[in-house]
Amino acid sequence: MSEKDLNVNAGLRESSTFDLHSMQEIRRAADTGIYDIRGFGAKRKVPHFDDLLFLGASMSRYPLEGYREACNTKVTLGTRFAKKPIELDIPVTIAGMSFGALSANAKEALGRGASEVGTSTTTGDGGMTPEERGQSKKLVYQYLPSRYGMNPDDLRKADAIEVVLGQGAKPGGGGMLLGQKITDRVAQMRTLPKGVDQRSACRHPDWTGPDDLAIKIQELREITDWQVPIYIKVGATRTYYDVKLAVKAGADVIVVDGMQGGTAATQEVFIEHVGIPTMAAIPQAVQALQEMGMHRKVQLIVSGGIRNGADVAKCMALGADAVAIGTAALIALGCNHPKWDEEFRKIGSAAGYYDDYHEGKDPAGISTQDPELSKRLDPVAGGHRLANYLRVLTMEAQTLARACGKNDLRNLEPEDLVALTVESAAMARVPLAGTAWIPGQGY
Amino acid sequence: MKVIDIEKASVRELNQALHDQHVECTEREWEVTGVKGDHNLAVGLDEAISVHIKGHAGYYCAGMNKKANIVVHGNAGQGVAENMMSGSVRVVGDASQSAGATAHGGLLVIEGNAGARCGISLKGADIVVKGNVGHMSCFMAQAGTLVVCGDAGDALGDSLYETHIYVKGSVKSLGADCVEKEMRAEHVQELTDLLNRAGVDEDPAAFKRYGSARNLYNFKVDNASAY
Repeated sequence: MSEKDLNVNAGLRESSTFDLHSMQEIRRAADTGIYDIRGFGAKRKVPHFDDLLFLGASMSRYPLEGYREACNTKVTLGTRFAKKPIELDIPVTIAGMSFGALSANAKEALGRGASEVGTSTTTGDGGMTPEERGQSKKLVYQYLPSRYGMNPDDLRKADAIEVVLGQGAKPGGGGMLLGQKITDRVAQMRTLPKGVDQRSACRHPDWTGPDDLAIKIQELREITDWQVPIYIKVGATRTYYDVKLAVKAGADVIVVDGMQGGTAATQEVFIEHVGIPTMAAIPQAVQALQEMGMHRKVQLIVSGGIRNGADVAKCMALGADAVAIGTAALIALGCNHPKWDEEFRKIGSAAGYYDDYHEGKDPAGISTQDPELSKRLDPVAGGHRLANYLRVLTMEAQTLARACGKNDLRNLEPEDLVALTVESAAMARVPLAGTAWIPGQGY
Repeated sequence: MKVIDIEKASVRELNQALHDQHVECTEREWEVTGVKGDHNLAVGLDEAISVHIKGHAGYYCAGMNKKANIVVHGNAGQGVAENMMSGSVRVVGDASQSAGATAHGGLLVIEGNAGARCGISLKGADIVVKGNVGHMSCFMAQAGTLVVCGDAGDALGDSLYETHIYVKGSVKSLGADCVEKEMRAEHVQELTDLLNRAGVDEDPAAFKRYGSARNLYNFKVDNASAY
């Protein structure tokens, strides 16, 4: 019996408003005078893909054989303007995570794993490392407000460029990398003094609105001779309007990152209280694309809390062309692994709870710049683990698609889904299970 | 000299022709005519060529320049020489906001005035402005040098890292963590060299130096009111 259960049995009652976590946060704030900074993504419970179910085929739909009939997973991104769109074998990509936030071994492992299954990785705040370019057959180069390490040579080496306007964990906020992770190499790449708390800008330095962004995108296309796709990444907030403006600005691909998306470091109040759930953002994005006649012409990548093949399939059924994973990829590499529990506890955490990525003490050797800790992650073995995980995600999504009678993951559609709760029905814009009712859209 | 009339050729054709010089340099001197505020002129160059832009340039002229020497014979729009790596850019007229933003290297000379956020997030380039600069210039600037021969607007050097700032005229206000610093001999020498490289005839002794107090480099709760 848990301590909590014992307390309840003893007649004690926890306040719903001032619950134990809230009380602890008040005490922590009173002790330190500083807001809490942490990594990971939102930990609060929000409506998510678990609240959706697939309607498998039966009499009225015709399923495909599970292991015999093909179900396409390939997707081409950037078909609108780029001379060389990116072709992915699976619709699961690796989201932007910086060298600096992650160790060089972790970045290499991500590249190895993604390349093994024919998908892309993404750089992050801090530029492109040779290890990453070397191991990632398909690499998306992020163009961030900080422009750390940004240079035209790397820009031209990229297979795509992702203009980052925001991130699901902190829409409206900039990156953060605290001094303990600013090693000599990280400092050199970012042109910063060693050991400073690096707080990236939240706005781009040379454009201020969507009209300017259109010209900026043209500049990036001119510099790269219109070869590679240009993505625009937004944190999920006013997604309908953001997507419309991004399309108008000339994006080839739009990346929408929901509030469950992870971060290396930001204020907890930001992570938990800004943005909307991934599931709520997808229908907004798809509506915007459809109204502009650009759905499937401008591809949509969705990220934020993707854990399994069901999540992948549900995103695609709602209209995404692909998904991106960050936190899940790190867990596949070994982040928060129980084998390090004793060491997690020495630094005041526990396996499964660790989120102090900004402190650079990750026992798993992933979110650290400590050379000794970094050695704990074998990039070859880690890459293989990631590849295994990506294969499972894909096979699970295929299983569900075949059960719905679809020979291509992108043929999944909202009609294949129902919702378990009124909230999820309203957000995902699919009927409440057993009814024809989509809240907000009449009966 | 190769002349491209932008009224007849597109910006794409111009940039492609200039990029091709990196593969095989067939012409070192280029002139662009018929310019009427076109955006993205001469961006992403990667060869030691000279480009004279005859007219007012739009946004991001000479963006991400490497090695090339580019002269705008007119005014330049937003983000001129943004993220320049090397080479030089000279604007004979005025420059709009975010001139030299995030530039890592090279020399940007603005013979007129520069708008807001000149040298924002500067990462190593040198900027010399013969006139005034607008507000928030050198915001979060990390390395390199900004020389202002006229006046500077509000919040100069806000959240500055290691960029050196020299201003001859008045400074309306300094941004967070930016302070006036002693002008030692090495700074006079640095400024003298830079003025000479820019071809600007000013007395280095007339300038004041500004830099980071480095109080905000690491978060301290006592500094919360500075943000």
